[in-house]
Amino acid sequence: MSGQEVVFTLLGVVAVGSAVLVVTTRRLVHAALWLVVSFGALAGGYLVLTAEFVAWVQVLIYVGAVVVLLLFGIMLTRAPIGESADLDSGNRWAALGVAVATAAVLVTVVVMGFGDARTPLRAGGGSAEELGAGVFRTWVLPFEVLSVLLLASLVGAIVLSRSDIGGDKGGDV
Amino acid sequence: MLEVVVKLVLVAGAFAVLPLLVGQAEHKVMAHMQGRLGPMYAGAFHGWAQLVADGVKFAQKEDVVPRDADRWVFKLAPGVALVPYLLVLLVIPVGPGGQVALDLGPGVFFALAVMGVGVIGAIMAGWASANKYSLLGGMRVAAQLMSYELPMVFAASSVAMAAGTLSLQGIVGEWRWYWLPWQAIGAVVFFVAGLAELRRPPFDMPVADSEIIFGPYTEYGGLRFAFFLLAEYAGIVVLCGLTAVLFLGGWKGPFLNTELGWLWTLLKAAVLAFCVIWFRVSYPRMREDQLQKLAWAWLVPLSLAQLALTGVLKVAL
Repeated sequence: MSGQEVVFTLLGVVAVGSAVLVVTTRRLVHAALWLVVSFGALAGGYLVLTAEFVAWVQVLIYVGAVVVLLLFGIMLTRAPIGESADLDSGNRWAALGVAVATAAVLVTVVVMGFGDARTPLRAGGGSAEELGAGVFRTWVLPFEVLSVLLLASLVGAIVLSRSDIGGDKGGDV
Repeated sequence: MLEVVVKLVLVAGAFAVLPLLVGQAEHKVMAHMQGRLGPMYAGAFHGWAQLVADGVKFAQKEDVVPRDADRWVFKLAPGVALVPYLLVLLVIPVGPGGQVALDLGPGVFFALAVMGVGVIGAIMAGWASANKYSLLGGMRVAAQLMSYELPMVFAASSVAMAAGTLSLQGIVGEWRWYWLPWQAIGAVVFFVAGLAELRRPPFDMPVADSEIIFGPYTEYGGLRFAFFLLAEYAGIVVLCGLTAVLFLGGWKGPFLNTELGWLWTLLKAAVLAFCVIWFRVSYPRMREDQLQKLAWAWLVPLSLAQLALTGVLKVAL
Protein backbone atom coordinates (compact mmCIF):
# COMPACT_ATOMS: atom_id res chain seq x y z
CA MET A 1 0.00 0.00 0.00
CA SER A 2 1.22 3.44 -0.86
CA GLY A 3 1.25 6.30 1.60
CA GLN A 4 -1.88 7.79 0.06
CA GLU A 5 -3.80 4.54 0.44
CA VAL A 6 -2.79 4.22 4.09
CA VAL A 7 -3.94 7.78 4.85
CA PHE A 8 -7.15 7.27 2.89
CA THR A 9 -7.94 4.06 4.78
CA LEU A 10 -7.27 5.70 8.13
CA LEU A 11 -9.53 8.62 7.24
CA GLY A 12 -12.20 6.15 6.17
CA VAL A 13 -11.93 4.34 9.51
CA VAL A 14 -12.27 7.67 11.35
CA ALA A 15 -15.26 8.70 9.22
CA VAL A 16 -17.10 5.40 9.74
CA GLY A 17 -16.15 5.16 13.41
CA SER A 18 -17.35 8.66 14.26
CA ALA A 19 -20.49 8.10 12.19
CA VAL A 20 -21.27 5.02 14.33
CA LEU A 21 -20.68 7.13 17.44
CA VAL A 22 -23.15 9.71 16.11
CA VAL A 23 -25.97 7.16 16.33
CA THR A 24 -24.81 5.32 19.44
CA THR A 25 -23.83 8.14 21.81
CA ARG A 26 -26.30 8.88 24.58
CA ARG A 27 -25.62 12.62 24.59
CA LEU A 28 -27.41 14.59 21.93
CA VAL A 29 -24.83 17.34 21.49
CA HIS A 30 -22.00 14.80 21.31
CA ALA A 31 -23.79 13.27 18.33
CA ALA A 32 -23.60 16.61 16.49
CA LEU A 33 -19.93 17.02 17.46
CA TRP A 34 -19.04 13.51 16.28
CA LEU A 35 -20.73 14.48 13.02
CA VAL A 36 -18.14 17.28 12.75
CA VAL A 37 -15.35 14.68 13.06
CA SER A 38 -17.01 12.48 10.47
CA PHE A 39 -17.44 15.32 7.97
CA GLY A 40 -13.87 16.44 8.63
CA ALA A 41 -12.54 12.96 7.88
CA LEU A 42 -14.61 12.92 4.66
CA ALA A 43 -13.07 16.25 3.66
CA GLY A 44 -9.65 14.74 4.36
CA GLY A 45 -10.57 11.86 2.06
CA TYR A 46 -11.42 14.29 -0.73
CA LEU A 47 -8.08 16.03 -0.18
CA VAL A 48 -6.17 12.75 -0.54
CA LEU A 49 -8.02 12.21 -3.84
CA THR A 50 -6.76 15.70 -4.95
CA ALA A 51 -10.32 17.11 -4.91
CA GLU A 52 -9.25 20.25 -3.06
CA PHE A 53 -12.26 22.36 -3.94
CA VAL A 54 -14.83 19.73 -2.93
CA ALA A 55 -12.96 19.20 0.34
CA TRP A 56 -13.15 22.84 1.42
CA VAL A 57 -16.73 23.24 0.26
CA GLN A 58 -17.52 20.16 2.33
CA VAL A 59 -16.05 21.89 5.39
CA LEU A 60 -17.77 25.21 4.58
CA ILE A 61 -21.24 23.78 4.02
CA TYR A 62 -21.43 20.72 6.26
CA VAL A 63 -19.26 21.69 9.23
CA GLY A 64 -19.79 25.44 9.04
CA ALA A 65 -23.50 25.49 8.22
CA VAL A 66 -25.28 22.15 8.60
CA VAL A 67 -23.77 21.20 11.97
CA VAL A 68 -24.24 24.75 13.28
CA LEU A 69 -27.89 24.51 12.24
CA LEU A 70 -28.17 21.14 14.03
CA LEU A 71 -26.59 22.54 17.19
CA PHE A 72 -28.91 25.56 17.03
CA GLY A 73 -31.86 23.20 16.71
CA ILE A 74 -30.71 21.10 19.67
CA MET A 75 -30.26 24.22 21.80
CA LEU A 76 -33.88 25.15 21.14
CA THR A 77 -35.05 21.82 22.59
CA ARG A 78 -35.06 20.69 26.21
CA ALA A 79 -32.18 18.30 25.66
CA PRO A 80 -30.19 17.84 28.89
CA ILE A 81 -26.42 18.36 29.12
CA GLY A 82 -25.86 14.83 30.32
CA GLU A 83 -27.12 11.50 29.00
CA SER A 84 -30.67 11.17 27.75
CA ALA A 85 -32.26 7.79 28.41
CA ASP A 86 -34.91 7.93 25.69
CA LEU A 87 -32.75 8.60 22.63
CA ASP A 88 -33.26 5.12 21.13
CA SER A 89 -36.32 4.95 18.95
CA GLY A 90 -38.43 1.81 18.71
CA ASN A 91 -37.68 1.77 15.00
CA ARG A 92 -33.98 1.27 15.45
CA TRP A 93 -33.87 -2.27 14.10
CA ALA A 94 -35.81 -1.23 11.01
CA ALA A 95 -33.44 1.73 10.61
CA LEU A 96 -30.45 -0.58 10.94
CA GLY A 97 -31.94 -2.87 8.27
CA VAL A 98 -32.48 0.04 5.87
CA ALA A 99 -28.98 1.38 6.52
CA VAL A 100 -27.34 -2.01 5.92
CA ALA A 101 -29.43 -2.56 2.79
CA THR A 102 -28.52 0.88 1.39
CA ALA A 103 -24.85 0.29 2.11
CA ALA A 104 -25.06 -3.14 0.46
CA VAL A 105 -26.64 -1.68 -2.69
CA LEU A 106 -24.04 1.10 -2.91
CA VAL A 107 -21.08 -1.22 -2.32
CA THR A 108 -22.43 -3.71 -4.86
CA VAL A 109 -22.89 -1.00 -7.47
CA VAL A 110 -19.38 0.36 -6.96
CA VAL A 111 -17.78 -3.10 -7.00
CA MET A 112 -19.74 -4.25 -10.07
CA GLY A 113 -19.18 -0.98 -11.86
CA PHE A 114 -15.49 -0.52 -11.24
CA GLY A 115 -14.19 -3.79 -9.75
CA ASP A 116 -10.44 -3.57 -9.55
CA ALA A 117 -10.13 -0.63 -11.94
CA ARG A 118 -7.73 2.06 -10.82
CA THR A 119 -7.35 5.61 -11.97
CA PRO A 120 -4.09 7.49 -11.45
CA LEU A 121 -4.23 10.60 -9.30
CA ARG A 122 -2.75 13.71 -10.77
CA ALA A 123 -2.20 16.98 -8.98
CA GLY A 124 -4.90 19.53 -9.80
CA GLY A 125 -7.26 16.85 -11.14
CA GLY A 126 -9.99 17.97 -8.76
CA SER A 127 -9.31 21.68 -8.86
CA ALA A 128 -12.04 24.29 -9.17
CA GLU A 129 -11.28 24.78 -12.91
CA GLU A 130 -11.67 21.09 -13.78
CA LEU A 131 -14.77 20.80 -11.63
CA GLY A 132 -16.36 23.91 -13.14
CA ALA A 133 -15.65 22.72 -16.66
CA GLY A 134 -17.13 19.31 -15.82
CA VAL A 135 -20.27 20.67 -14.19
CA PHE A 136 -21.03 23.47 -16.65
CA ARG A 137 -20.01 21.74 -19.90
CA THR A 138 -20.51 17.98 -19.64
CA TRP A 139 -23.06 17.71 -16.84
CA VAL A 140 -24.96 20.96 -17.19
CA LEU A 141 -28.39 19.32 -17.59
CA PRO A 142 -28.28 17.27 -14.34
CA PHE A 143 -26.92 20.38 -12.63
CA GLU A 144 -29.91 22.46 -13.78
CA VAL A 145 -32.35 19.71 -12.78
CA LEU A 146 -30.79 19.73 -9.30
CA SER A 147 -31.15 23.53 -9.16
CA VAL A 148 -34.86 23.23 -9.93
CA LEU A 149 -35.19 20.62 -7.19
CA LEU A 150 -33.45 22.92 -4.70
CA LEU A 151 -35.57 25.86 -5.79
CA ALA A 152 -38.73 23.80 -5.28
CA SER A 153 -37.65 22.87 -1.75
CA LEU A 154 -36.81 26.52 -1.01
CA VAL A 155 -40.26 27.65 -2.12
CA GLY A 156 -41.76 24.80 -0.10
CA ALA A 157 -39.84 25.87 3.00
CA ILE A 158 -41.09 29.45 2.64
CA VAL A 159 -44.69 28.30 2.20
CA LEU A 160 -44.43 26.01 5.23
CA SER A 161 -42.87 28.65 7.47
CA ARG A 162 -45.24 31.51 6.59
CA SER A 163 -48.56 31.03 8.32
CA ASP A 164 -50.23 33.83 6.36
CA ILE A 165 -49.86 32.08 2.99
CA GLY A 166 -49.69 28.42 4.08
CA GLY A 167 -52.40 25.84 4.62
CA ASP A 168 -55.76 25.81 2.82
CA LYS A 169 -55.87 29.53 2.02
CA GLY A 170 -52.72 29.41 -0.07
CA GLY A 171 -53.36 26.11 -1.83
CA ASP A 172 -52.80 27.64 -5.26
CA VAL A 173 -49.29 28.95 -4.56
CA MET B 1 12.69 22.57 3.41
CA LEU B 2 14.41 25.39 5.29
CA GLU B 3 12.15 27.89 3.53
CA VAL B 4 9.06 26.08 4.79
CA VAL B 5 10.39 25.99 8.36
CA VAL B 6 11.23 29.72 8.27
CA LYS B 7 7.75 30.53 6.93
CA LEU B 8 6.05 28.43 9.61
CA VAL B 9 8.12 30.12 12.32
CA LEU B 10 7.19 33.53 10.90
CA VAL B 11 3.47 32.63 10.84
CA ALA B 12 3.67 31.34 14.42
CA GLY B 13 5.43 34.56 15.41
CA ALA B 14 2.78 36.68 13.69
CA PHE B 15 0.07 34.64 15.42
CA ALA B 16 1.70 35.30 18.79
CA VAL B 17 2.47 38.99 18.31
CA LEU B 18 -0.15 40.59 16.02
CA PRO B 19 -3.22 39.80 18.20
CA LEU B 20 -1.42 41.28 21.21
CA LEU B 21 -0.60 44.41 19.21
CA VAL B 22 -4.27 44.74 18.27
CA GLY B 23 -5.22 44.25 21.91
CA GLN B 24 -2.79 46.91 23.08
CA ALA B 25 -3.97 49.25 20.32
CA GLU B 26 -7.52 48.67 21.51
CA HIS B 27 -6.59 49.69 25.08
CA LYS B 28 -4.99 52.88 23.87
CA VAL B 29 -7.29 53.88 21.01
CA MET B 30 -10.40 53.34 23.12
CA ALA B 31 -8.85 55.32 25.95
CA HIS B 32 -8.04 58.29 23.72
CA MET B 33 -11.41 58.23 21.97
CA GLN B 34 -13.16 58.27 25.31
CA GLY B 35 -10.95 60.98 26.80
CA ARG B 36 -9.20 58.84 29.43
CA LEU B 37 -5.71 57.47 29.94
CA GLY B 38 -6.03 53.70 29.76
CA PRO B 39 -3.42 51.44 31.40
CA MET B 40 -0.39 53.65 32.14
CA TYR B 41 1.74 51.95 34.81
CA ALA B 42 2.82 48.45 33.75
CA GLY B 43 6.21 48.67 32.00
CA ALA B 44 6.61 52.39 32.71
CA PHE B 45 6.14 53.70 29.13
CA HIS B 46 2.40 54.21 28.55
CA GLY B 47 1.59 50.84 30.11
CA TRP B 48 3.01 48.77 27.23
CA ALA B 49 3.40 45.70 29.47
CA GLN B 50 -0.23 45.64 30.58
CA LEU B 51 -1.15 42.75 28.25
CA VAL B 52 1.88 40.75 29.42
CA ALA B 53 0.77 41.32 33.00
CA ASP B 54 -2.76 40.23 32.06
CA GLY B 55 -1.32 37.07 30.49
CA VAL B 56 0.65 36.25 33.65
CA LYS B 57 -2.48 36.84 35.72
CA PHE B 58 -4.54 34.50 33.50
CA ALA B 59 -1.87 31.80 33.69
CA GLN B 60 -1.85 31.91 37.52
CA LYS B 61 -5.58 31.45 37.91
CA GLU B 62 -7.14 28.17 38.93
CA ASP B 63 -8.54 26.02 36.13
CA VAL B 64 -12.19 25.62 37.12
CA VAL B 65 -14.71 23.35 35.41
CA PRO B 66 -18.31 23.65 36.67
CA ARG B 67 -19.66 20.47 38.27
CA ASP B 68 -22.53 19.97 35.84
CA ALA B 69 -20.53 20.91 32.75
CA ASP B 70 -19.87 18.56 29.89
CA ARG B 71 -16.20 18.24 30.85
CA TRP B 72 -14.54 17.23 27.58
CA VAL B 73 -16.51 19.59 25.38
CA PHE B 74 -15.97 22.39 27.92
CA LYS B 75 -12.20 21.86 27.92
CA LEU B 76 -11.91 21.41 24.16
CA ALA B 77 -13.92 24.51 23.19
CA PRO B 78 -11.17 27.19 23.58
CA GLY B 79 -8.86 25.17 21.31
CA VAL B 80 -11.57 24.75 18.68
CA ALA B 81 -12.13 28.51 18.80
CA LEU B 82 -8.44 29.44 18.51
CA VAL B 83 -6.75 26.96 16.14
CA PRO B 84 -8.79 27.75 12.97
CA TYR B 85 -7.50 31.33 12.92
CA LEU B 86 -3.91 30.04 13.04
CA LEU B 87 -4.70 27.84 10.03
CA VAL B 88 -6.20 30.77 8.07
CA LEU B 89 -3.10 32.83 8.78
CA LEU B 90 -1.12 30.18 6.86
CA VAL B 91 -2.80 31.01 3.54
CA ILE B 92 -2.87 34.83 3.71
CA PRO B 93 -0.17 36.17 1.37
CA VAL B 94 1.71 39.22 2.65
CA GLY B 95 3.86 39.89 -0.38
CA PRO B 96 4.44 38.94 -4.03
CA GLY B 97 6.40 35.90 -5.19
CA GLY B 98 5.52 33.24 -2.66
CA GLN B 99 5.51 35.32 0.53
CA VAL B 100 2.83 33.00 1.90
CA ALA B 101 3.25 29.90 4.07
CA LEU B 102 0.86 27.74 2.03
CA ASP B 103 -0.28 28.68 -1.47
CA LEU B 104 -3.58 26.82 -1.79
CA GLY B 105 -5.54 26.68 -5.05
CA PRO B 106 -8.98 27.37 -3.53
CA GLY B 107 -7.50 29.70 -0.89
CA VAL B 108 -10.64 31.84 -0.53
CA PHE B 109 -12.81 28.84 0.24
CA PHE B 110 -10.23 27.44 2.63
CA ALA B 111 -10.15 30.70 4.58
CA LEU B 112 -13.94 31.04 4.79
CA ALA B 113 -14.51 27.36 5.62
CA VAL B 114 -11.95 27.27 8.40
CA MET B 115 -13.13 30.58 9.88
CA GLY B 116 -16.62 29.08 10.11
CA VAL B 117 -15.24 26.13 12.12
CA GLY B 118 -13.90 28.53 14.74
CA VAL B 119 -17.43 29.57 15.62
CA ILE B 120 -18.26 25.99 16.63
CA GLY B 121 -15.87 26.53 19.56
CA ALA B 122 -18.10 29.28 20.95
CA ILE B 123 -21.23 27.17 20.42
CA MET B 124 -19.58 24.21 22.20
CA ALA B 125 -18.66 26.52 25.09
CA GLY B 126 -22.20 27.84 25.28
CA TRP B 127 -23.67 24.39 25.46
CA ALA B 128 -21.14 22.66 27.70
CA SER B 129 -21.11 25.31 30.45
CA ALA B 130 -24.47 24.15 31.85
CA ASN B 131 -25.47 27.76 32.36
CA LYS B 132 -28.57 29.53 31.07
CA TYR B 133 -26.71 32.68 30.09
CA SER B 134 -24.12 30.65 28.24
CA LEU B 135 -26.84 28.71 26.43
CA LEU B 136 -28.52 31.94 25.33
CA GLY B 137 -25.15 33.22 24.13
CA GLY B 138 -24.45 29.99 22.26
CA MET B 139 -27.81 30.17 20.49
CA ARG B 140 -27.16 33.75 19.47
CA VAL B 141 -23.70 32.80 18.18
CA ALA B 142 -25.23 30.05 16.04
CA ALA B 143 -28.03 32.28 14.72
CA GLN B 144 -25.53 35.03 13.91
CA LEU B 145 -23.17 32.70 12.06
CA MET B 146 -26.00 31.25 9.97
CA SER B 147 -27.19 34.66 8.79
CA TYR B 148 -23.84 36.32 8.17
CA GLU B 149 -21.94 33.42 6.56
CA LEU B 150 -24.00 33.73 3.36
CA PRO B 151 -23.30 37.41 2.48
CA MET B 152 -19.65 36.88 3.42
CA VAL B 153 -19.27 33.98 0.98
CA PHE B 154 -21.14 35.92 -1.72
CA ALA B 155 -18.91 38.97 -1.33
CA ALA B 156 -15.76 36.84 -1.47
CA SER B 157 -17.07 34.99 -4.55
CA SER B 158 -17.60 38.32 -6.28
CA VAL B 159 -13.88 39.11 -6.01
CA ALA B 160 -13.00 35.57 -7.07
CA MET B 161 -15.24 36.06 -10.15
CA ALA B 162 -13.61 39.37 -10.96
CA ALA B 163 -10.13 37.85 -10.69
CA GLY B 164 -11.05 34.56 -12.34
CA THR B 165 -9.26 32.57 -9.66
CA LEU B 166 -9.86 31.27 -6.14
CA SER B 167 -6.23 31.60 -5.09
CA LEU B 168 -5.54 34.52 -2.76
CA GLN B 169 -2.20 35.20 -4.45
CA GLY B 170 -3.87 35.12 -7.84
CA ILE B 171 -6.56 37.55 -6.73
CA VAL B 172 -4.01 40.14 -5.60
CA GLY B 173 -2.09 39.55 -8.83
CA GLU B 174 -5.18 40.44 -10.88
CA TRP B 175 -6.17 43.40 -8.70
CA ARG B 176 -6.29 46.85 -10.35
CA TRP B 177 -7.07 50.22 -8.77
CA TYR B 178 -10.52 50.44 -10.39
CA TRP B 179 -11.59 47.38 -8.37
CA LEU B 180 -11.94 49.74 -5.42
CA PRO B 181 -15.15 51.37 -6.75
CA TRP B 182 -16.18 48.21 -8.66
CA GLN B 183 -16.03 45.93 -5.58
CA ALA B 184 -16.86 48.60 -2.98
CA ILE B 185 -20.23 47.11 -1.98
CA GLY B 186 -18.68 43.67 -1.70
CA ALA B 187 -15.87 45.03 0.47
CA VAL B 188 -18.29 46.67 2.90
CA VAL B 189 -20.52 43.57 3.04
CA PHE B 190 -17.51 41.29 3.61
CA PHE B 191 -16.07 43.45 6.37
CA VAL B 192 -19.39 43.94 8.17
CA ALA B 193 -20.30 40.26 7.91
CA GLY B 194 -16.82 39.38 9.14
CA LEU B 195 -17.24 41.64 12.16
CA ALA B 196 -20.54 39.91 12.90
CA GLU B 197 -18.91 36.49 12.61
CA LEU B 198 -16.23 37.59 15.08
CA ARG B 199 -18.97 38.95 17.39
CA ARG B 200 -17.24 42.32 17.63
CA PRO B 201 -19.28 45.36 18.65
CA PRO B 202 -21.78 46.50 17.39
CA PHE B 203 -22.52 42.80 16.68
CA ASP B 204 -21.67 41.55 20.19
CA MET B 205 -25.17 40.49 21.19
CA PRO B 206 -23.99 36.87 21.81
CA VAL B 207 -21.40 38.01 24.38
CA ALA B 208 -23.26 41.08 25.64
CA ASP B 209 -21.47 41.49 28.97
CA SER B 210 -24.08 43.70 30.62
CA GLU B 211 -27.01 41.40 29.74
CA ILE B 212 -25.85 37.80 29.56
CA ILE B 213 -22.42 38.20 31.22
CA PHE B 214 -20.20 37.32 28.26
CA GLY B 215 -22.54 34.62 26.97
CA PRO B 216 -20.70 31.40 26.12
CA TYR B 217 -17.64 32.44 28.16
CA THR B 218 -19.43 33.06 31.46
CA GLU B 219 -18.06 29.94 33.16
CA TYR B 220 -14.54 30.23 31.81
CA GLY B 221 -11.57 31.57 33.74
CA GLY B 222 -7.81 31.59 33.62
CA LEU B 223 -6.00 30.34 30.55
CA ARG B 224 -9.09 28.98 28.81
CA PHE B 225 -10.76 32.37 28.97
CA ALA B 226 -7.53 33.96 27.73
CA PHE B 227 -7.65 31.61 24.73
CA PHE B 228 -11.12 32.89 23.84
CA LEU B 229 -9.90 36.48 24.11
CA LEU B 230 -6.87 35.63 21.99
CA ALA B 231 -9.18 34.00 19.43
CA GLU B 232 -11.15 37.23 19.19
CA TYR B 233 -8.04 39.31 18.50
CA ALA B 234 -6.56 36.69 16.16
CA GLY B 235 -9.91 36.82 14.37
CA ILE B 236 -9.55 40.58 13.92
CA VAL B 237 -6.07 40.07 12.45
CA VAL B 238 -7.34 37.37 10.09
CA LEU B 239 -10.40 39.36 8.99
CA CYS B 240 -8.39 42.53 8.37
CA GLY B 241 -5.71 40.57 6.50
CA LEU B 242 -8.32 38.84 4.34
CA THR B 243 -10.16 42.10 3.57
CA ALA B 244 -6.87 43.80 2.67
CA VAL B 245 -5.89 40.93 0.38
CA LEU B 246 -9.29 40.43 -1.27
CA PHE B 247 -10.55 44.00 -1.66
CA LEU B 248 -7.71 46.46 -1.09
CA GLY B 249 -5.04 44.98 -3.32
CA GLY B 250 -2.85 43.34 -0.66
CA TRP B 251 0.77 44.16 -1.36
CA LYS B 252 0.05 46.64 -4.16
CA GLY B 253 0.86 50.16 -3.05
CA PRO B 254 1.70 53.46 -4.74
CA PHE B 255 5.40 52.51 -5.05
CA LEU B 256 7.93 49.71 -4.40
CA ASN B 257 5.40 46.87 -4.72
CA THR B 258 7.97 44.08 -4.81
CA GLU B 259 10.37 45.38 -2.17
CA LEU B 260 7.91 46.75 0.37
CA GLY B 261 4.87 44.63 -0.52
CA TRP B 262 4.60 42.99 2.90
CA LEU B 263 4.64 46.43 4.51
CA TRP B 264 1.68 47.59 2.38
CA THR B 265 -0.32 44.50 3.36
CA LEU B 266 0.41 45.01 7.04
CA LEU B 267 -0.35 48.73 6.78
CA LYS B 268 -3.75 48.12 5.16
CA ALA B 269 -4.58 45.44 7.72
CA ALA B 270 -3.56 47.79 10.55
CA VAL B 271 -5.80 50.59 9.24
CA LEU B 272 -8.70 48.12 9.07
CA ALA B 273 -7.96 46.91 12.59
CA PHE B 274 -8.09 50.54 13.74
CA CYS B 275 -11.55 50.80 12.12
CA VAL B 276 -12.66 47.66 13.99
CA ILE B 277 -11.74 49.33 17.29
CA TRP B 278 -13.30 52.60 16.14
CA PHE B 279 -16.63 50.84 15.46
CA ARG B 280 -16.55 49.37 18.95
CA VAL B 281 -16.29 52.82 20.49
CA SER B 282 -18.76 54.50 18.10
CA TYR B 283 -21.79 52.24 17.77
CA PRO B 284 -24.17 50.90 20.41
CA ARG B 285 -24.85 47.16 20.51
CA MET B 286 -27.49 46.02 18.03
CA ARG B 287 -30.51 44.09 19.24
CA GLU B 288 -30.95 40.49 18.11
CA ASP B 289 -33.81 41.28 15.68
CA GLN B 290 -31.89 44.26 14.26
CA LEU B 291 -28.92 41.95 13.70
CA GLN B 292 -30.98 39.43 11.76
CA LYS B 293 -32.72 42.16 9.81
CA LEU B 294 -29.42 43.77 8.79
CA ALA B 295 -28.13 40.43 7.51
CA TRP B 296 -31.20 39.27 5.56
CA ALA B 297 -32.73 42.58 4.47
CA TRP B 298 -29.54 44.46 3.63
CA LEU B 299 -26.36 42.42 3.36
CA VAL B 300 -27.72 39.45 1.38
CA PRO B 301 -29.46 41.59 -1.29
CA LEU B 302 -26.47 43.93 -1.47
CA SER B 303 -24.04 41.06 -1.95
CA LEU B 304 -26.30 39.56 -4.64
CA ALA B 305 -26.36 42.95 -6.40
CA GLN B 306 -22.56 43.04 -6.18
CA LEU B 307 -22.37 39.55 -7.72
CA ALA B 308 -24.63 40.68 -10.58
CA LEU B 309 -22.58 43.86 -11.12
CA THR B 310 -19.35 41.87 -11.16
CA GLY B 311 -20.78 39.38 -13.64
CA VAL B 312 -22.15 42.01 -15.99
CA LEU B 313 -18.96 44.08 -16.05
CA LYS B 314 -16.80 40.96 -16.35
CA VAL B 315 -18.67 39.88 -19.47
CA ALA B 316 -18.92 43.41 -20.91
CA LEU B 317 -15.21 44.27 -20.53
